[in-house]
Amino acid sequence: MTRAFLALIVRDVALAVRVGGGGGMAVFFFLVVVAIVPLGIGPNLNLLGQIAPGLLWVALLLSSLLTLDRLFQADYEDGTLDILTMSSVPLELTVCAKIVAHWLTTGLPLVIAAPLLGLLLNLGVAQFPSLMLAMLIGTPALSFLGAIGAALTVSVRRGGLLASLLVLPFYIPVLIFGVAAAGGAAAIPGAGHQGLLLLGAVTLVSLVVGPVASAAALRANLKT
Amino acid sequence: MTPMSDLTSIQRFHALANPARFMALSEKIVAPLAILTFALIATGLYFALFVAPADYQQGETVRIMYIHVPSAWLGMFGYMIMAGASAIALIFRHPLADVCAKSAAPIGAAFAFITLVTGSLWGRPMWGAWWVWDARLTSMLILFFLYLGYIALWATIEEPVRAARAAAVLALVGSINVPIVHYSVVWWNTLHQPASVFRIDGPQIASSMLVPLLIMALGFTCFFVTLLLVRMRAEILRRRVRALRLAKAGA
Repeated sequence: MTRAFLALIVRDVALAVRVGGGGGMAVFFFLVVVAIVPLGIGPNLNLLGQIAPGLLWVALLLSSLLTLDRLFQADYEDGTLDILTMSSVPLELTVCAKIVAHWLTTGLPLVIAAPLLGLLLNLGVAQFPSLMLAMLIGTPALSFLGAIGAALTVSVRRGGLLASLLVLPFYIPVLIFGVAAAGGAAAIPGAGHQGLLLLGAVTLVSLVVGPVASAAALRANLKT
Repeated sequence: MTPMSDLTSIQRFHALANPARFMALSEKIVAPLAILTFALIATGLYFALFVAPADYQQGETVRIMYIHVPSAWLGMFGYMIMAGASAIALIFRHPLADVCAKSAAPIGAAFAFITLVTGSLWGRPMWGAWWVWDARLTSMLILFFLYLGYIALWATIEEPVRAARAAAVLALVGSINVPIVHYSVVWWNTLHQPASVFRIDGPQIASSMLVPLLIMALGFTCFFVTLLLVRMRAEILRRRVRALRLAKAGA
């Protein structure tokens, strides 16, 4: 079962890397959103430095939403998902493998790109480690919660927009705790640490809820 | 159909799964319930607008509370009904449960919207702003978004059985997330503004205000149930029409 799990991860990562249009596009979108904001609010470096952690998190959320619709849809369209459902591996585990692969190909590149964009926004270098750590802990939750939206809308034509609408409210705790863990540290002592712990808790909850709910949603959609 | 009087109470619950039985029973209930709703809300409004005193600080604007608070309560109550019905639909496949969940969503969304609008109207004279990012306002707004997402999912998936399952999963995931979202927002707000200006934990609410509030809450609940029954009836009829049309097209 472990071998099947790992094989599925390898397959999805290979597909994402070779087909393109996945993680690389999300990182590019991340960059464009961050570059647009100073044009909108003016090049005041002090102001930008102040809002940088929150801004980076919001841009991260939006970028990870973009890639959600491909999570299950390609496999649904060509029938792979039906075969995966029939295998001896439980669907929950299959979904889990796909989500992990999604995180590896979109979440991780976004986290790696974040400090570079932080420089563009005049974020203090001292804040980089806490921001990276918070994003590293928080981004899996984005993939695991996002999978629920992707699974619910898998049979809907152009379901990406609907999936985003469904999932965004669920992202709010990640955003709040993520910003607190990344930027709140300077303002109130202890707040950053507390935010980090709560962010971890949200990720752990999503780790359980995400695969189970996604599998249930996929079963509902595959049954005709 | 065996008459309801011959059944035990648990059998009655299952017997209601028969839509024909539900239609017969609800037809009898709707009219009296509507009259009760009207009486309760009329009485409640009379007490709230004429009998209850104005607040010594807030003046006459406090009367918004008699609409605002019951709406907020029913906005949350609606989500509980929706999630509970969704759980029953997923676990027991009770055929009326997903009809109930689907019908409850727009009513709950409407109450959440009324809460937001009246709260905004109340906030303008009291806090000097139409909207503040207070924890309660924010979490009610998010609840409203969750309702809209649920309704949108129902509207997008055409096939009813499929839509019902998917929507039920969404409602249940939402019911896990609503407390998390709520507490994260509370925590977020208290981080930014310690000792919030608009805490309502002053003196206990006086009975001259509490009585009309409770009457209004009861009236709103009856209103909710009446609307829910009417909407469920309409939904069942709509499905029958759909089935008849499909049968006709197939024949």
